[in-house]
Amino acid sequence: MERPAWAPQGIDISMPSVSRIYDYYLGGSHNFEVDREAARKAMGFMPGLPTIMKTNRAFMRRAVKFALDEGITQFLDIGSGIPTYGNVHEVAQAGDPEARVLYVDHDPVAVAHSQAVLDGNDNAAIVNADLRKPGQILNSPEAGQLLDLERPVALLLVFVLHFLEDEDDPYGAVAELRDALAPGSLLVLTHASYDGVPLPQERTGAAVAVYKDIRNPLVMRTREQTARFFDGFEMVAPGLVSMPHWRPDSPADQEDPYAFSGFGGVGRKA
Amino acid sequence: MVPSQPTAAESEPDGLEDRLRRFATIWSRAIFPATATSLTRPEFETHLLPLARELQEALHAHPFDTAPATRVGTALVAAHCTDPEALGRTLGVVDSYLVLYCGMEELTAEDNRARCARLQHSLAVGFAQALRERTLSEQEAIARSALAARNDAEDALHATQARFHAVFEGAAIGIGIADLEGNVLEVNDTLTQMFGGLEHHVRSRNVSEWVHPEDAAHVWRLYDELVRGEREHFRVEKPFYRNDGTVLWTNLTLSLLRDAEGTPQYQLALMEDTTERRLLNLRLRYEATHDALTGLPNRTLFFERLEKTLSAGGGARFGLCYLDLDGFKAINDSLGHSSGDRLLVEVADRLQSCATAPGEMVARLGGDEFVALTTGPDTQQGVADLASRILHVLATPIRLEGRELTVRGSIGIVEGPSAGRSPAEVLRSADITMYRAKAAGGNRYEVADPEADARAITRHGLTTALPAALERGEFFIEYQPLVHLGDGTVHGAEALVRWSHPQHGVLGPDRFIPLAEHTGLIVPLGRWVLEQAVRQAMFWQRQLPEGALGGPLRINVNLSPTQLHHPGLVADTVEVLERIGLPPGALCLEVTESALIGADEDLLKPLRQLAEMGVDIALDDFGTGYSNLANLRRLPVSVLKLDRSFTQGMQQHPADPVDLKIVEGIVALAHSLELAVTVEGVETGAQAEHLRRLGCDTAQGWYYARPGPPEQLHMLSLADAV
Repeated sequence: MERPAWAPQGIDISMPSVSRIYDYYLGGSHNFEVDREAARKAMGFMPGLPTIMKTNRAFMRRAVKFALDEGITQFLDIGSGIPTYGNVHEVAQAGDPEARVLYVDHDPVAVAHSQAVLDGNDNAAIVNADLRKPGQILNSPEAGQLLDLERPVALLLVFVLHFLEDEDDPYGAVAELRDALAPGSLLVLTHASYDGVPLPQERTGAAVAVYKDIRNPLVMRTREQTARFFDGFEMVAPGLVSMPHWRPDSPADQEDPYAFSGFGGVGRKA
Repeated sequence: MVPSQPTAAESEPDGLEDRLRRFATIWSRAIFPATATSLTRPEFETHLLPLARELQEALHAHPFDTAPATRVGTALVAAHCTDPEALGRTLGVVDSYLVLYCGMEELTAEDNRARCARLQHSLAVGFAQALRERTLSEQEAIARSALAARNDAEDALHATQARFHAVFEGAAIGIGIADLEGNVLEVNDTLTQMFGGLEHHVRSRNVSEWVHPEDAAHVWRLYDELVRGEREHFRVEKPFYRNDGTVLWTNLTLSLLRDAEGTPQYQLALMEDTTERRLLNLRLRYEATHDALTGLPNRTLFFERLEKTLSAGGGARFGLCYLDLDGFKAINDSLGHSSGDRLLVEVADRLQSCATAPGEMVARLGGDEFVALTTGPDTQQGVADLASRILHVLATPIRLEGRELTVRGSIGIVEGPSAGRSPAEVLRSADITMYRAKAAGGNRYEVADPEADARAITRHGLTTALPAALERGEFFIEYQPLVHLGDGTVHGAEALVRWSHPQHGVLGPDRFIPLAEHTGLIVPLGRWVLEQAVRQAMFWQRQLPEGALGGPLRINVNLSPTQLHHPGLVADTVEVLERIGLPPGALCLEVTESALIGADEDLLKPLRQLAEMGVDIALDDFGTGYSNLANLRRLPVSVLKLDRSFTQGMQQHPADPVDLKIVEGIVALAHSLELAVTVEGVETGAQAEHLRRLGCDTAQGWYYARPGPPEQLHMLSLADAV
């Protein structure tokens, strides 16, 4: 039976959480043994997972700076996870102290932790909501306070859409968000893929299976499937590419081979 | 610690500053892949430069102090170099390159190496301490967050549970939860109240104990399907016993509750107390199906029951008594309606006492009409017994306002197999039969008889068809000649009305005149006949030469008792005669002797007026009623029409001598009173001869002519004339 909307979400820290696993990949200690166990298992098949996450973080940082350069000062980061360092609000507010950031996650522990981290920051907040229900996000009081949807927003869907299966209608969710945004808004997106992983697909698949085991299936999408999320957006150069190739600060050839796993890109709403 | 500013000399290529930068570059390259920083490589290198300077200065410091190296280790962790690999690589870089690039020329190589080693130890300590602190604080933070999230969730759960509890306890409907074995686990207050207010009486029970005799047949089958997981929910109307044994009626919805995996876990009952509504419905139903005055079942309920009885198959039989009180209207009229009502109540009570057996029922159809229905194995005997009992209980006088009233009734009985009859047919048959009982004098019962029914039904059909028949011109008139016995000439004719019925063919007056009398249609019908006949007579007068036949042709028209009482009789007759122009003397109105028996002067007045105008009045069917011969002279009558029964004895040969004497006497009497005598039913020449010799004046009968179209008479008249 599906949990009704008004029933509280249960907390079960005996189940691994993708946000805490991510934190572990990044060398953090905001995690529990169940998370680390799952992470170590996945890394057993795919040792470069931390590199991919780090590359993703670097991409996000460049993209936020790009958005600031474009004059965008509002950020909506969905699937923000456990804030550690180099978070969107840190990067954005370092560039513009008035920049506003709304984080969204549906992991209650990540939300609680975000609340603790953001305590005292008037220009950043976290909403406990689900990407599958964009209305919940857009209609939240926090969104009303922080975001002016009449003006461009940078929507960050960074390493989150691959946790939505096709039956969750991720394309519909992105389209609904897009329709709520003002022209000139940016979509900052990264997505997992078998493309670019320096491993045979079976090995990557074994790592992917770990996520299935912890009931957070990882949906690997092709470049074409990932590009469809940008329907209604004009791609910002260089387009949808492997993350190190997107407006790099330093030559991409210095990167670890794992860094080229998956895709990243930025689109602008016409 | 603020790093010292590089001097110009130090910045020179291969100067100290340049060497420091090269050290930082090597260091950055070594550990960048092991860090989780989101800084770019150049940024990270820039970030390491002050740390490199600290190490260099510590190497050179005097006195030597390793504390800066500790701080560098701490700073590495702060720069998110939390991977132990970062420490290993850092130590490797320091060990290999710090002395090489930043060594102190004043010290021996050995001292430099020793200092460098101690710096490494301290850096490792700083790193380890910082990592430990960071790990602990992050663990604490995440644990706190997990706890906070759990508290939030628990608060939300608590709030939800509180809401649920409020809904559960505050609901206006009864809610109960039981396991699949039927053990009641939880009930709300409303449900407890429904059952009589003692919670343990409900909570300690098992669902299966709530069987009630009035349960719908399928309730427990649905229940079994539900607890087996084959059905998600069902809704029924179900009675329960309350603690005190009274009945609780509910609208019950039972649902199956499954766990997250879909395994059936509990059953949830939602119950709405419908007892009051049901009582109200029952009362409304009672009121709709019972007679307010007597409390007996009314027409509606009776028809429902009758319908049910008649639709029962399997050779079932039924018996029905249709009772109508004799003379109830008179009682009502004389004693008033309230007395009449009290009488009906008493009658109802008595009837009720007659039909107490299972399958028996008494109902009031309305007014003073009651029915009793019986079903059972032997309704043939049973219904007769029932009718007898009814007549018997009615026989005892009813005391009403100090008087003893004897109420009698007429009963029509219908009995037979249930199959093949509609309630309306049965009731009509009973009604017809009841009227037969009434016609036979009342205070009796008659049993329905298909032939009698058929006759009555035809009568009924004809009665209802009469008005339209007159409008559609379905009536016509035949004429039977009246002949002078003296010379055999045609004297006139009797107008006889016929009905050309579309289904039944030509009907004689005996078939419909009584019906027309009964409904009052006789008045317009009679007026129509009079006008047709007068018009015909006028036609004959114009056609036939004056005096050719020894006087104008006369026309006889029958007058029924109702017409006789009709106030317009004289005026109507005069109007017709005047309009058509026939002299009154050419018209003879025939009135039956029975209609004039006991007639008072008021009734005779119109006849007298007509007679004074010259209209002949004939006394029809003379000799069949109780003839008051003394009265005869008082009547405005000029003709006696002798009934055919007197002349039948003259058809044989030799003629009955008694008949001859009687007729001779009547003729003598009539003539002495100056009355002409007409004889009906003359069928033979011998008869005619006898009657002529006895002095009768005119005759009619088949011997002369049967009734026929007016042309027939025309021909006869002309034949006479020849």
